[in-house]
Amino acid sequence: MSEDIQARFKHRYDGFTLDVDLVLPGKGVTAVFGPSGCGKTTLLRCMAGLTRATQGQLTVKGDVWQSAAQYMPTHQRPLGYVFQEASLFQHLTVQRNLLYGHARVPESARRIELGSVVELLGIAHLLERMPQGLSGGERQRVAIARALLTSPRLLLMDEPLAALDITRKNEFLPYLERLHDELDIPVVYVSHAPDEVARLADHIVVMQEGRTVVTGALTETLARLDLPMHLGEDAGVVLRAVVVERDTAWHLARVEFPGGSLWVRDGGHAVGHAVRVRILARDVSIALAPVVGVSIQNCLPATVEQMADDYHPALSVLRLRVGGSPLLVRLTRRSAAGLQLQPGKPVWVQIKAVALID
Amino acid sequence: MSPEDFTALALTAKLAALSTVLLLILGTPVAWWLARSRSRLRSLVGAIVTLPLVMPPAVLGFYLLVLMGPQGAIGHFTQALGLGLLPFTFAGLVVGSVIYSMPFVIQPLQQAFTAIGNQSLEAAATLRASPWDAFVSVALPLARPGFVTAAVLGFAHTVGEFGVVLMIGGNIPGKTQVLSMAIYNHVEALEYANAHWLAGGMLVFSFVVLLLLYSRGWNRQP
Repeated sequence: MSEDIQARFKHRYDGFTLDVDLVLPGKGVTAVFGPSGCGKTTLLRCMAGLTRATQGQLTVKGDVWQSAAQYMPTHQRPLGYVFQEASLFQHLTVQRNLLYGHARVPESARRIELGSVVELLGIAHLLERMPQGLSGGERQRVAIARALLTSPRLLLMDEPLAALDITRKNEFLPYLERLHDELDIPVVYVSHAPDEVARLADHIVVMQEGRTVVTGALTETLARLDLPMHLGEDAGVVLRAVVVERDTAWHLARVEFPGGSLWVRDGGHAVGHAVRVRILARDVSIALAPVVGVSIQNCLPATVEQMADDYHPALSVLRLRVGGSPLLVRLTRRSAAGLQLQPGKPVWVQIKAVALID
Repeated sequence: MSPEDFTALALTAKLAALSTVLLLILGTPVAWWLARSRSRLRSLVGAIVTLPLVMPPAVLGFYLLVLMGPQGAIGHFTQALGLGLLPFTFAGLVVGSVIYSMPFVIQPLQQAFTAIGNQSLEAAATLRASPWDAFVSVALPLARPGFVTAAVLGFAHTVGEFGVVLMIGGNIPGKTQVLSMAIYNHVEALEYANAHWLAGGMLVFSFVVLLLLYSRGWNRQP
């Protein structure tokens, strides 16, 4: 039995065409990423059966949900869907909202129970409340819990953070991370925010004008120089690392990634904890020899792999390889020329800032 | 009040209650369709449903009389079914009232269904609810204020019916003589005291109904 998700949709509406042919991994979080209007939400709606694609085929872990010959209506698809705006039923309490889907799933198919979900999403104190009295973040947590309680085989999330302000977002993201760490349900997560993708995704699909342009594992895909979207100041890589040492005197932690290690601000994680670090291209600089007498703590040997023009004619962006991991660097074209950088050249990178994001 | 007045009062209440129940049953699917369909027929059906709102009751009553009479289409139909003719019967009044009060029931329902929007129903579908299940468990409860408004307006409007009754029901005590007809009779006979009792009662009734409706106690979002 195939363990992945095969989705092929062709759908035309209002002069826009969605035309995708994807194979997504059957576990972890796949972020569907792209600018507004690129068809991300339409793709998700087609997967859910909320929009009936002109032509569609969808197979989830060996089960056919849609093909030329058959079309399973939304309510028969074992999926969970979280909308951009929490769509809680206004006439039901939080608890009855949560149990709405749960009650409609046959007992034999229930794998997730109320107690565990309520704890996972921290909503125990809200159960008796009505949806109108909740904050935006609380509503989305309830909406996710409600979707999970149908024991879905696939969880679809359409920019669940879009309606939240930055504080609520930061409050909410840890819950999504717990979801990712503790449940074995594949998630397709639509987003146009690079920071959400960096934090949550294992795999990304980049869409543009109704088509998928790049798909792949997070680290290598973000390090590609041919990404069609202009991340601009947000361009950078995300590396998976493990905390290996803590320097309590200076409140620093050393994290090890494939190819080296970095000192970062101590996030309170125990030694052995898996984390993600994000390094933006603008926070990396290049030297031809190890430099002494600078304030920068993280200095690593690397090799230039590929060079490309950046979003401004003065700038170029380089992909380097540090051991097994990629790194993006933004330089002015003049610096690159002055240092005679070219693919294959060994250099030293100085990393000014590393964000620990998990 | 005379015994005849009480008979008229009871008949009116029965007529209004029956018409309202029928309208809620028949009007709900029509209002649902009007709120959600994208068919081109929608504006046509919408106009037909609203027509009794602007048409003079005498006109409506006249056409109903013709249609339900021995030469009319409805008349042929009811006779073929062995039901006889509808004019000057209580059943005829019910048919007239249902048509006469239709917009007062369908419009609030349609507005309530429109206000629910797609999102709640789509959410219900992603939570394994079939379309019928979602209608019953989500749309109906969310539209409750619309149902209250529709029922109250439908009932109150039927109670005040005169022109249609005059045309198709006549003035048969205990059968088709409703309150407004009783008032008319009293005035004709110069029995102003009796007319005052009934007319004043109707005035108070209408006022209280609207007061309750507008005080939001009934009409609040669930």
